[in-house]
Amino acid sequence: MNDKRLDRLALVSKVWPWLFLGTLLVFFEAWARISAHRSFVFNAYNLQSIGLAASAPLLLAIGQTFVIITAGIDLSVGFVMGLAAVCVAQFTIPGGDSPWILLVSISLTILVCLIPGLVNGVLIARLGVPAFIGTLGMYGVARGVGFLAAGSGMTVSVNNRGLAWLGGGWTPVILTAVLLVVMHFVLSQTKFGQYTYAIGGNPQSAIRAGINVRRHLFAIYLIAAAFAAVGGVVYTARFAAGAANAGEPMLLDSIAAVVIGGASLFGGTGNVIGTLIGALIIAVIEFGLVFIDVNAFWQFIVVGIVIILSVLIDQYKDRLGGAQ
Amino acid sequence: MSGAGVTPILEARDVSIRFGGVEALKRVSLRLMPGEVLALAGDNGAGKSTLIKILSGVYRADGGDLHFEGRPLQLRDPQDARSQGIETIYQDLALADNLDVGSNIFLGREPVRRRFGFQVIDRPHMARVAREVLERLDIVIPPRKLTGPVKMLSGGQRQAIAIGRAIYWNARVLIMDEPTAALGVPEQRKVMELIRALKVQGVAVILISHNLHDIFAVAERIVVLRRGEVAGERRVAETDGDEIVRLMVGDTYSNDAH
Repeated sequence: MNDKRLDRLALVSKVWPWLFLGTLLVFFEAWARISAHRSFVFNAYNLQSIGLAASAPLLLAIGQTFVIITAGIDLSVGFVMGLAAVCVAQFTIPGGDSPWILLVSISLTILVCLIPGLVNGVLIARLGVPAFIGTLGMYGVARGVGFLAAGSGMTVSVNNRGLAWLGGGWTPVILTAVLLVVMHFVLSQTKFGQYTYAIGGNPQSAIRAGINVRRHLFAIYLIAAAFAAVGGVVYTARFAAGAANAGEPMLLDSIAAVVIGGASLFGGTGNVIGTLIGALIIAVIEFGLVFIDVNAFWQFIVVGIVIILSVLIDQYKDRLGGAQ
Repeated sequence: MSGAGVTPILEARDVSIRFGGVEALKRVSLRLMPGEVLALAGDNGAGKSTLIKILSGVYRADGGDLHFEGRPLQLRDPQDARSQGIETIYQDLALADNLDVGSNIFLGREPVRRRFGFQVIDRPHMARVAREVLERLDIVIPPRKLTGPVKMLSGGQRQAIAIGRAIYWNARVLIMDEPTAALGVPEQRKVMELIRALKVQGVAVILISHNLHDIFAVAERIVVLRRGEVAGERRVAETDGDEIVRLMVGDTYSNDAH
């Protein structure tokens, strides 16, 4: 294999999510201009809608990025998010409209949601259970507990001014952006991030290099659970109600965002910015198709094709790289 | 025996270990002199891997003791051995294939600098050291590939990175397990050259190999193990392949031939 072609291929696989996102935006922009004489991109409402649509799966996807880089997967984050959405509603209700109750209810919610993360960590890092199976177990447990906590109805309404502020306007988008920047820094600049990649590349090598792989995996499943909890809190804040199934569609979107963003499910690659682009692609497709009045079910088909495409590009690159 | 009067850098005295009912090593002794290449030969199951795992702190011997530069040596784990300057390169090289050369040299021991009040990994320093280490070993890797994942490099280049990592961390003793087993002929030659370069730099090497050609090319002495015991020890200058093979398979059982 000649080097130039390999270089070009590496470049394509790196920039194609950006190109694809750009193409989508240009397409919808052109459509909006031609058919309705208005702008798709330069429209605060559209941008906010896309930002909000992207932020919920993105919160899960940030934690999922770390998990997938270590060659793991966390199937429980969707229902942990639902559990958090119900918990934060239930914990806030007794305090009425007081802003102080929020400090308590949000902290308590995150603590509760760290429990499934802790169990995932024990199962995967200590007992050597495959991540797929361990987190599938917690998927069921969190799902059941979430619905039980929600009581007879599936949703728990809550009215709190502080919570409404947290979920209003651009706040969820800004919160997500801040967390995104922090976690991008952690993954790309710190030892913690470096060890995440090292474990995904070769766990045996990481162990021999003196990296505490168990403790690291433990921390990563806790992070995934914490981000799911934040996702749940934001959901309840936005809709003034917590639903146990709030995160159900977010789970696959979070995995899709990570994969479209360039991560391999075999571990070792991926990054937070890629995940951001992946989540934006999904959100733009979802919002854009509704915008141009295409049946909403098409979004599943388009997103599905994008996922397959991104995996194919990744595999093609790896095969050429391996053949070297 | 060789180097009488000089203190061995690493010595094993009457080392024994058993796994369940199997006595894997029976009172094995071995002396490694400073700057020497010592080959460890033996058939499969002779105890070569077990012995190097004791020397590198992976296993703890049931009997016997280890000495480093004449002082008794206690190894609780591989980190212990490494901090003494005993580095081991296993067949799988223990590289993180998805990371670049610098990251692999510093794996688990990354240098940090302060930025925005946080400890961040000092990547420019890592890249600089990667270039220096490869230069020292006379390994040419295009700069473009220096910053890519090491899985894009050849087997010999990857072996060189593992060796470079060991010497960067001031290995005094380098234990290499079948370093040429997975390599093509030109790459095998390159690795043999590397071992000779290490010798010049004063690093003592224990070389485990099936390949007698390799052993005779770089080693000064050969210790042959057979069924967990030392079957014989020969200076390369005073023996030949046939004799070593006989020692390995046990036609002449000569602990006391010298």
